[in-house]
Amino acid sequence: MQSPVEIVQHSGGVIGVSWLMIALPLLGAAILLLGGRRTDRWGHFLGVAMSLAAFVVAVVSFVEILGLPESERRRGIELYQFIPGIADMGLLIDPLSISFALLITGVGSLIHIYSVGYMSHDPDRRRFFAYLNLFVAAMLLLVLADNYVALFVGWEGVGLASYLLIGFWQFKPTAAAAAKKAFIVNRVGDFGLLIAIFTVWTTFGSVAFGDLSGATVSEAIGSGGASQGTITAIGLLLLLGACGKSAQLPLQSWLLDAMEGPTPVSALIHAATMVTAGVYLVVRSGAFFEAAPTAQLVVTIVGVATLLAGAIIGCAKDDIKKGLAGSTMSQIGYMMLGAGLGPVGYAFAIAHLITHGFFKANMFLGAGSVMHAMNDEVDMRRYGGLFSVMKVTAVTFIIGYLAIIGFPLLSGYFTKDGIIETAMEHNQILGWLAVVGAGITGFYMSRMIFMTFFGKKRWADDAHPHESPSVMTVPLVILSIGSIFLGAFLILDNRFMKFLAPAVGAPEELPAFHFVSTAGLATLALVAVGAAFAWFRYGAAEVPRVAPRGSFLTTFARRDLYGDALNETLFMRPGQWLARIAVFVDNRGIDGLVNGLAATIGGTSGRLRRVQTGYVRSYALSILFGAAVVVGALLYVGNM
Amino acid sequence: MTTHYLVLSALLFAIGGAGVLVRRNAIVVFMCVELMLNACNLAFVTFARQHGNLDGQLIAFFVMVVAAAEVVIGLAIIVMIFRTRRSASVDDANLLKY
Amino acid sequence: MGETITFWVLAVVSVSAALGLVFSRKAVYSALMLGVVMLSLAVLYAVQDAPFLAAVQIIVYTGAVMMLFLFVLMLVGVDSADSLVETIKGQRFWATIAGLGFAALLALGAGNMVFAPAKGVGAVQEAGGNVPALAQLIFTRHVFAFEITSALLITAALGAMVLAHRERVRPKATQRDLARARFTGPQPSPLPGPGTYALHNAIDMPALLPDGSVSPQSINRVLARHEQEDGVRPTDPVKAALVKQVIDKDVAIEEDVAATEAAHQEDAK
Repeated sequence: MQSPVEIVQHSGGVIGVSWLMIALPLLGAAILLLGGRRTDRWGHFLGVAMSLAAFVVAVVSFVEILGLPESERRRGIELYQFIPGIADMGLLIDPLSISFALLITGVGSLIHIYSVGYMSHDPDRRRFFAYLNLFVAAMLLLVLADNYVALFVGWEGVGLASYLLIGFWQFKPTAAAAAKKAFIVNRVGDFGLLIAIFTVWTTFGSVAFGDLSGATVSEAIGSGGASQGTITAIGLLLLLGACGKSAQLPLQSWLLDAMEGPTPVSALIHAATMVTAGVYLVVRSGAFFEAAPTAQLVVTIVGVATLLAGAIIGCAKDDIKKGLAGSTMSQIGYMMLGAGLGPVGYAFAIAHLITHGFFKANMFLGAGSVMHAMNDEVDMRRYGGLFSVMKVTAVTFIIGYLAIIGFPLLSGYFTKDGIIETAMEHNQILGWLAVVGAGITGFYMSRMIFMTFFGKKRWADDAHPHESPSVMTVPLVILSIGSIFLGAFLILDNRFMKFLAPAVGAPEELPAFHFVSTAGLATLALVAVGAAFAWFRYGAAEVPRVAPRGSFLTTFARRDLYGDALNETLFMRPGQWLARIAVFVDNRGIDGLVNGLAATIGGTSGRLRRVQTGYVRSYALSILFGAAVVVGALLYVGNM
Repeated sequence: MTTHYLVLSALLFAIGGAGVLVRRNAIVVFMCVELMLNACNLAFVTFARQHGNLDGQLIAFFVMVVAAAEVVIGLAIIVMIFRTRRSASVDDANLLKY
Repeated sequence: MGETITFWVLAVVSVSAALGLVFSRKAVYSALMLGVVMLSLAVLYAVQDAPFLAAVQIIVYTGAVMMLFLFVLMLVGVDSADSLVETIKGQRFWATIAGLGFAALLALGAGNMVFAPAKGVGAVQEAGGNVPALAQLIFTRHVFAFEITSALLITAALGAMVLAHRERVRPKATQRDLARARFTGPQPSPLPGPGTYALHNAIDMPALLPDGSVSPQSINRVLARHEQEDGVRPTDPVKAALVKQVIDKDVAIEEDVAATEAAHQEDAK
């Protein structure tokens, strides 16, 4: 077992100014948001330039990291005192964070470029690029931060950007509602993350990653500084945060609605980067999870449950983006599963995360291209036969498809099989469930391909599909190249695992990749069966333009496994009742008390004022009574 | 004898007070007030005799002077009210109420 | 002994007169009853060695104040306020309770006290009698109070003048105006006096017209109303009808005035 290496303070070089990665997109966002309409004409170029600049910094930093000896590859950069006594602001450039930085800036830049074309008709394109830059800055802060508090700042920053971008077309009520939903569900996860950070601070007295190595944690357990229960609790609370951000069960419900945002947003935030922040968090907090097997087990269970749930949802969706969103959920489930399996799993999980970032962004952008061509139609039942009119889009999409279903030698084949095999070694049940998930993936992705690009044309009457401009297709091509080769490059020879080892640790004996294995063959067979079934249902047979009612299982999947219904029943309705009760108590109880008091005083006064009859004789009577009382009192006192 | 005078004074005072309460004609009410003042004067004179100094008589004298002034003003008010309201009833002047 | 007899006689008289003051229906009787009480008290003052006060009581109270009362009574005239029917609910009951209770309390208080034999004021007025002794007190010890009472009296006189003063809002009618009003009115000639051509010339007899019938214009309204209030009805049916006609006219005018005033009050509200 190889542990992560110590963090070395760094100065000079490009790594020394790696804060530019965060600062540049932030500056871009600030200029675009504060500059207002003056920046409308060139705003999108600025956004792309800032993103590309960050990418350049990331690449150079990566090269510098590669140039260092393995034991010195974790470089800490101290920036300033953040919260005195609790956290100093600093960046941690290590193999893990630089991998993320490369993915975020690389795929992010491609999506920026794509958006120039995709949003060209939108009057608010500048604002869109401002938000995209804001997101890139926040996401980079999230992954580059060297402590949990700064990570949390980035965590909230991406939440804000996600909210702003899902609700970008805020004039659509569905988009506004989806944005709110994403924000609120994420609050639940953020709550867990916050408590976890508090607990870490009170238990270990530090929130810096450098102070929280596996050795520190096991030492604390050994010396009684922290109980096993505390570590498990920290793990579970971190997992709650990760579930919120990564749309894992039970906080998955927001992701499908989040597709209301523009498609580049779905590609960048809700497929490639932000939703993987949960995986990053779990891997980054490996020290806690490795010391808490229970929490690790929960992570794998959540991962498997989500990968199955997402796959089932994906099978029933006719909305191409929602189908892809279900697929995203499912793939992040795989990553979670990997992240719950220790250092071997970490490497596969992160590798899958990166390849998934490529092929899922590829497919989302492809879907955006299709929608662009079909007058923003998202219903796959209105597609069909698009292969002939949109060749580039179709080919790149199919490459992404082959990658995700694990077609041999493409990216997904290496990374997903790696996770499945590791899971199989770890726990047979989890492994076989992951295999089943892969089979379902084969079915629903094939369904998507057949419904969209093959079969009869079921287009709307006014649809005149055409290939998208090259500003959109070039990113597709680049992403699809990544989808083909990246997996093999990362996994073969354990390249990525060795690269990550200084940051997350590695097993003593590196696993060799088996091209032929039980799990791999079973996966392939199941995927083939799924694809064949999809061909039989959607390729060979006629696809009805209106969705048939379907079986119970179809309805179950269409309704997102009743996740929303469950949330409504468990939380929304009791919440509403609570609010109603509070309103009732306020109206009847508190207001009643106040108003009742006022009414009592008013009523009493109303009656008492009747004493003021205006008859001077009545007043004289009371005077005489008063005089009588005074005389009586005088006599009484005098006789005492 | 002092007690007798005082009891007489008390009776007259109480009768005057009851009269103020039951009569409606402002002039009669006023007369009842005068009766009460007179009853007081009787008590003063009686106490002067009881204590053997003239202060009681002196106070009674001042009471008479003040009562005279009061009657003048009171009757003027009654006449004025009667002029505007055509009524000398104290119950008719009852607008100052709830 | 003489004082005892005087006291008891005057006590009975004054208490009866006081009760009469409260219970008599007509204000004039009340005024007279008050006069009786005041005179009785004057005598009682005299009996108690206060001759000056007795004189002042008679001169100021019975002479001036009572006359002022009667004068205003005549000015205000008879009024429905003289009715003894109680209008405020429970007022009479509670007034009785309060009056009796107050009397009982005071009487008990006075009766329970144990008095030493009265000293009498003879000792202090040896020099020249009651009046010089009082004068000495008034002009020495109480001179400021006395001066203030003079200011009070002047103020009261001025106040009465101001209150009773009525601003003239239209010019005084000249003889010319009066003559014009008379000849533009319905009756230029003087009204027939009572008793004209009648068998009697008493004031309550209406005048007869040349054809022997009764002239309604000759009936004295005040007398007619008094007769009606006293329950005296003219025996002659013709005269009774005429009296009724005159009174009804009077009442109609009063009601008219009352209605106008009510309307004014409504407006004021």
